[in-house]
Amino acid sequence: MNKQAITCTVNSEPKELLVDPRLTLLDMLRDELQLTGAKEGCGNGNCGACTVHLDGVSVDSCLVLAVETDGRAVTTIEGLAKGGALDPVQEAFLKNSGMQCGICTPGFIMATKALLAKHPHPTEQEIRANLAGNLCRCTGYDKIVRSVLAIAKDKRQ
Amino acid sequence: MTTTEERRAAIGQRLPKVDGLDRVTGKAAYGADIHLPGMLHGKLLHSPHAHAVIKSIDASQALKLPGVMAVITATDFPELGKEAAISGSSEYSIGAANLRRLWMAKEKALFSGHPVAAVAATDPNIAEQALALIKVDYEVLPWVRDIDEAIKPTSPLIHEDLYTHTLGELPKQPSNIAQHVEIGNGDAEAAFRDSDVVIENEYETQRVHQGYIEPQASAALVDPSGQVTVWTTIQGVHWARFDLASVLNIPLGKLRVIPMEIGGAFGGKVYPTLEPLCILLSKKTGRPVKMVLSREEVLRMTGPTSGSIVKIKTGCMRDGTLTGFAVKLWMDSGSFPGSPVAGATLAGFSVYQWKAFHIDGYDVLTNKVRVQAYRGPGAPQACFAMEQQMELMAAKIGMNPLEMRIKNISKEGDPMTHGRPHLKVGFKEVLEQVQRHPAWTSPMKGPWRGRGVSCGMWMGGTGNSSAHLTVNADGSVAVVVGSVDLTGTRTAFAQIAADEFRIPVEKVHVTVGDTDQTGYTDTSGGSRITYSMGTAVHRACMEAIEKLKVVAAAQLKVSAADVTYKDGLFRTSSGQSLTFEQAAQTSMRRGEGPISSTGVARRLKHAPTFGAHVADVEVDPETGKVTLLNYTVFQDVGRAVNPTQVEGQMQGGAVQGIGWALFEDYVYDEKGNIRNASLLDYRMPTALDLPMIGAEIVEVPAGDGPFGVRGCGEVPIIPPISAIANAIANATGVRIKETPFTPERVFWALKKARKI
Amino acid sequence: MKLFAYASPATLHEALAILGRNGVQARPLAGGTDLITQMKERRREPDVVLDIKRIPECSQLSHERDGLHIGAAVTCTALISDPTVRERYLILAQGASLIGSVQIQNRAGLGGNLCNAAPSADGIPGLICLGAEAVIAGPKGRRAVPVEHFCTGPGKTVLGRDEMLLELVVPPPPAQSAGAYMRFIPRAEMDIAVAGVGSFITLEGALCKEARIALAAVAPTPVRARAAEQSLAGQALTRAAIERAGALAMEAASPISDVRGSKEYRMELVRVLTRRTLTECAKRLRVPL
Repeated sequence: MNKQAITCTVNSEPKELLVDPRLTLLDMLRDELQLTGAKEGCGNGNCGACTVHLDGVSVDSCLVLAVETDGRAVTTIEGLAKGGALDPVQEAFLKNSGMQCGICTPGFIMATKALLAKHPHPTEQEIRANLAGNLCRCTGYDKIVRSVLAIAKDKRQ
Repeated sequence: MTTTEERRAAIGQRLPKVDGLDRVTGKAAYGADIHLPGMLHGKLLHSPHAHAVIKSIDASQALKLPGVMAVITATDFPELGKEAAISGSSEYSIGAANLRRLWMAKEKALFSGHPVAAVAATDPNIAEQALALIKVDYEVLPWVRDIDEAIKPTSPLIHEDLYTHTLGELPKQPSNIAQHVEIGNGDAEAAFRDSDVVIENEYETQRVHQGYIEPQASAALVDPSGQVTVWTTIQGVHWARFDLASVLNIPLGKLRVIPMEIGGAFGGKVYPTLEPLCILLSKKTGRPVKMVLSREEVLRMTGPTSGSIVKIKTGCMRDGTLTGFAVKLWMDSGSFPGSPVAGATLAGFSVYQWKAFHIDGYDVLTNKVRVQAYRGPGAPQACFAMEQQMELMAAKIGMNPLEMRIKNISKEGDPMTHGRPHLKVGFKEVLEQVQRHPAWTSPMKGPWRGRGVSCGMWMGGTGNSSAHLTVNADGSVAVVVGSVDLTGTRTAFAQIAADEFRIPVEKVHVTVGDTDQTGYTDTSGGSRITYSMGTAVHRACMEAIEKLKVVAAAQLKVSAADVTYKDGLFRTSSGQSLTFEQAAQTSMRRGEGPISSTGVARRLKHAPTFGAHVADVEVDPETGKVTLLNYTVFQDVGRAVNPTQVEGQMQGGAVQGIGWALFEDYVYDEKGNIRNASLLDYRMPTALDLPMIGAEIVEVPAGDGPFGVRGCGEVPIIPPISAIANAIANATGVRIKETPFTPERVFWALKKARKI
Repeated sequence: MKLFAYASPATLHEALAILGRNGVQARPLAGGTDLITQMKERRREPDVVLDIKRIPECSQLSHERDGLHIGAAVTCTALISDPTVRERYLILAQGASLIGSVQIQNRAGLGGNLCNAAPSADGIPGLICLGAEAVIAGPKGRRAVPVEHFCTGPGKTVLGRDEMLLELVVPPPPAQSAGAYMRFIPRAEMDIAVAGVGSFITLEGALCKEARIALAAVAPTPVRARAAEQSLAGQALTRAAIERAGALAMEAASPISDVRGSKEYRMELVRVLTRRTLTECAKRLRVPL
């Protein structure tokens, strides 16, 4: 048999899965667990649409093998809202219209959460530099950057 | 009980997207997110050759692989009916026979990446394995690389039976020139002779991809009764249904196309791509089949916009009056006819008024993937040439380039290149707004820095749009539209309905319907949806109000004629009133039944739109790298239903143009394969490449339609490549006449001009 | 992807046993940002993917007497976040912070960057400038190879089939030294270097005692610009000397023309980047130019 057993946590829920070693974390989330928030935009780490957190660190899930998540914790966009309440980053993107078609939005939100953990009050340049690994084709980034600036501002207040 | 606060006008409000919640939680379902029980995975086999005869395809070994359920090739397509037609009657319509051949190569592979076979298997890994087992016998032919090669009389023919479509004498020999468009007025040569200044140049742009972050993805199920259901990411479900039914000989009524959320399209997802293959595979296997393209496949086999060569001569008088222009422009359409030469000749060259002009436009075939629309198709290429010529002439006569534009800008009633008059337009108003604005007036300091301006127009689409509406018993409203939401139109419709009824936006729920649920609606795109479908929604609202008036009248025991509706209240002359909610409740209680209405918009007048952009750049003379310091978009949107969403369109379109200007290009090897078919080397702008994009909304209401709305999605891509070229010229004294302005290109241009 | 077996040993011993198995091609996996892409594109098709992230020696980042030890799997992010690295081995942090996006840096590391042996690798020039050594583990024990000699061609290294990189050891830089790495790309981030230069200057008094200059993306492997280095040895660090070094650095470059740039342009960039990195070193050493 090709498949390998792994045990990991996804959005705080323990998961036991049998996976082909070739399966990426992205495809594991989307096809095995029906968590389709993470998207495949490029398959090789150039667009960030597949960004999730692995042990609290933002990664391109298209470049992580599912088998590598054995014993680890994965957080996806679906795991952000707690008890029906949106995460402040989600709120900010919503309120400040930091999206149009929305395909890149989960990736941006996960990348933003990681950014804010590192820089709670990022400048515009810090935001752009830290989000350069997430491509958006609809917005020109303007309202995305403003959404992140708004969170930082809210936190200060 | 709603308050006066909630009854204020919703039009013009900066509201967040009504469908934003699904996007920030990852719940929105796009094409690749669909999961169906028993689903098979489809994969494509692509031609590795840019031009080859397909002598045979042997899939027998692939079919033996356990898990492989079916393989299809061009022979699996049914015979094309003589009358088969497809949607879209513009010059860049591809035609049924060619669309089918684009989907799957028939007899010849016409570009590297052309699908030659498709496999359905139980597992994507097995499908991939199966592809390697399909044996294709090719006879490789010489390939046609670009426009220059294609138009040579000695060029290999891409289609043996293609004769240039032209107004004059039909050619006796076939060629790679699909169409010659010729349009003119007066004697351009005489105009040049009488001009004080005549400038002639040649400009070139490259193919650039729409760059939607979501690759194409579709699924289809053909059930035993022959009923076909398609789930797909596409710009218009009714067009898709019509095209699929037409080409695959499926009765319209047996085909249902369900739209998934769409992750960016910009014109590139107007026509079906994977749907027909999923349908044929499902038919063969009896199971649902899903197919998703990889990014590499997107770049290899889905249409970018055309590259162009524009030879242009323009003249003016010393006082800045434009005299005449002559243009020869070639656009490459790829493997089948249909480059946007028309868009170029109309929108590209109708911005200013000239005494005389002549345009020869050529639609040229090459062995590359056939192009698709990309926001304002044809116009950026034309403007790249014209807007630089304007700068050169202004510099020659020592006139402020903005003033020169204002002096010659088209107004309502002035003729466009095709002779018909401009409608009510805000061209001058936008340019005057630029003139007053700090983006233009603030000083530019520092060496190697420069500011450029450019402008462009787009006609704006109209088309057919259908909407229907139900007023629920609690006064909430459900709107169902036949148009796919590309840009946030759900929100616009919610605002239009909320505004018309004077109810809170939260009480309006907008659904994008499938082909069974909605009336025929032309594809989304062409800057037409807020305008055209907005009009349809508005009409549905008005019909609902009339019906509610009847209900209110019965309840209040007056005649319907005595009832007016204003500010959320049905009033009688005697001072009785019912709120919107009360009237809705009454309708159900009185047994009048539900309130349901429809709205259709067709043949509206165009609502042309105009934008002017100001770009500030800094050029690094040691490397040629161009950094964008500031960028501001000025645009006449008629009426901004939601200014935040409108700004988003302006900014997003501008940034696509910025990518076109600075980074994006296809690199081919000597055999016709794309060497940069990945987002690593097909470089789209990242957040770090850009400043904030200023967005200044100008409102000159359009003639037709509610509230004077104009479509706003396309025009923002038209000025950037020329605005940045103009800025670089001002920063360095060197004019770059070919996109993209990569550091290397700029570097050598500076060196050649001895600026460094 | 071609099917493979995945192994994630907890000890070096187990890892070497897998690598040493006859007839089986095993490829070590650290961050995966190069390997997984290559496997998807079928450019590499190992029978076994050997995950080294659980091996303690591969995950350690420590400051020892003999210098900085960077385990083969230590991520760019871990390296950049270390304050001592930023203070004393800045050129390494600079190189590491240019490798892809934040997401990529959270997985990728200098170890993998070195073993992938792309001529354009952003992590390698800094290691060469600092005289780093690659510690290789194999069936016969460990051996150290200067990073400068580790890459033998595009995608090729001195590693035997049954060997793996264990760690990088970077000697402590001398007092009065500074290094800088810069690369040129068309966008602001995310691109592969068209050209990259790492410069490292050690001063003695007012003069440059030693210069080390390493070039990326302009030869089959990262290379030292020896003529440029020699032109600075024993000389005062002046604008003219830096200009001259920039011109001489071009002699070490033998670039090709490809999708990212022509060879002529790359040569020009070598001159410019050499000058800029040397100027940056001078600035940090407070040498007025």
